[in-house]
Amino acid sequence: MAVEVKVFRSWGNPFSYRVELALRLKGVAYEHIEEDLSNKSTLLLDYNPVHKKVPVLLHHGKPIAESLLILEYIEETWQENPILPKDPRERAVARFWCRFLDDKCLVALWMSCWTEGETQQNFMEQAKECLHLLEEELKGKKFFGGDSIGMVDIAASSIAHWLGVLEEVAGISLLDEEKYPNLCKWTEEFLKSDAVMECLPKRANLLALFQTRKQAISSVK
Amino acid sequence: MAEGENKGLVLLDFWVSPFGQRCRIALAEKGVEYEYREENLRDKSPLLLKSNPVHKKIPVLIHDGKPVCESLIIVQYIDEAWPDRAPLLPADSYARAQARFWADLVDKKMYESGTKLWKLKGEAQEEAKKEFIEILKLLEGELGDKKYFGGDTFGLVDIALVPFTAWFYSYEACANLSAEKEAPKLVPWVKRCRERESVSKSLPDPLKVYEFVCFLKKLCSWHVNGHLCRPEYIVGGFRHGRLTSFVG
Repeated sequence: MAVEVKVFRSWGNPFSYRVELALRLKGVAYEHIEEDLSNKSTLLLDYNPVHKKVPVLLHHGKPIAESLLILEYIEETWQENPILPKDPRERAVARFWCRFLDDKCLVALWMSCWTEGETQQNFMEQAKECLHLLEEELKGKKFFGGDSIGMVDIAASSIAHWLGVLEEVAGISLLDEEKYPNLCKWTEEFLKSDAVMECLPKRANLLALFQTRKQAISSVK
Repeated sequence: MAEGENKGLVLLDFWVSPFGQRCRIALAEKGVEYEYREENLRDKSPLLLKSNPVHKKIPVLIHDGKPVCESLIIVQYIDEAWPDRAPLLPADSYARAQARFWADLVDKKMYESGTKLWKLKGEAQEEAKKEFIEILKLLEGELGDKKYFGGDTFGLVDIALVPFTAWFYSYEACANLSAEKEAPKLVPWVKRCRERESVSKSLPDPLKVYEFVCFLKKLCSWHVNGHLCRPEYIVGGFRHGRLTSFVG
């Protein structure tokens, strides 16, 4: 049976990356459709009329939006290399950390890099608190998912790759190896995975993308 | 299910919290016995702080000593821990994805938008009203002529949304916004949901909710006259649109 899977994504977008990584981990073939977020296609707007965002997964012509929800769908549809545990409580814990990443951690990390002055200091404090909680959660584990990459690891992929680029662009340091040895080790292990590396945007290109954005913001002031 | 198998099921909650009510409804749908513990959000119990050290918020479901946090995660946990009865999510994966999507939308939009209705005044309140009406119409569109959001079966989206209907009276009183007039198709759905014992027993009296809202408005006016109260102006206050504690 031919499986028809398409991913509406934007290059360099870490939420789109989550979806591609999950599909690759499960060995699911897919086609990606690149979206220009400053000029969204009619198709994207039709498939995600509520949020109008990437990523959107299209399976047999049916759209699913919101990256964490797409990950749940991928997990239920393709059983190879599970990314969620079977036990209901462990699943609840994984879902908790995914939500924590989206609602608190990644927001603080992102805003630390794009703000200045006291606002930046506040976001950096929040970011460090979040990183500390993740550091504790990783204790004794290779990945958040245990021995293999799971949904939380996928959700945290921006920490493994995007964060370093943002720190460089902003001229700040958040992921300190002395303070967060578990997280740094996790980053190393995560980036050893073939599936992870296959669709990871090149660091140099991400750096150029964010540096351009930073300059554009600075020139507006 | 064997007797005693539900031992050690405790729900840490706060009476007016729509998030806590979701959990109560889900547990009632599954016919599961549990101990309800009312938290004083001005003086959170050591158990709450230990069970949810990250957010320090209710609701928390503690099952055999192990906590589960975040209301929609708790509802899904309840569904998965008691899979033999009253499924709260459909069987089909695409339908499940849709259910999660709409429940997530309610989570992201309803509380923050609803809060603005009673907190704000003047032009800011009018903007908030437009935003809230948009959300109601989206939900109304999704419900359509169906019995429940998932079709014939009461489920996750209904559970996510129905607690907020107890706040409709407050929204009308504070912002002159009638949810019933703006989204009339939701009216029969609300009635249908309230006919379920799980819902009628879990939802508070809308008048009591309004009393509570009036109390919160007084707190706000003590700090910042007429303007949107920022979380840092209320000790503990609202974070991400959720009431975590209050002074009084």
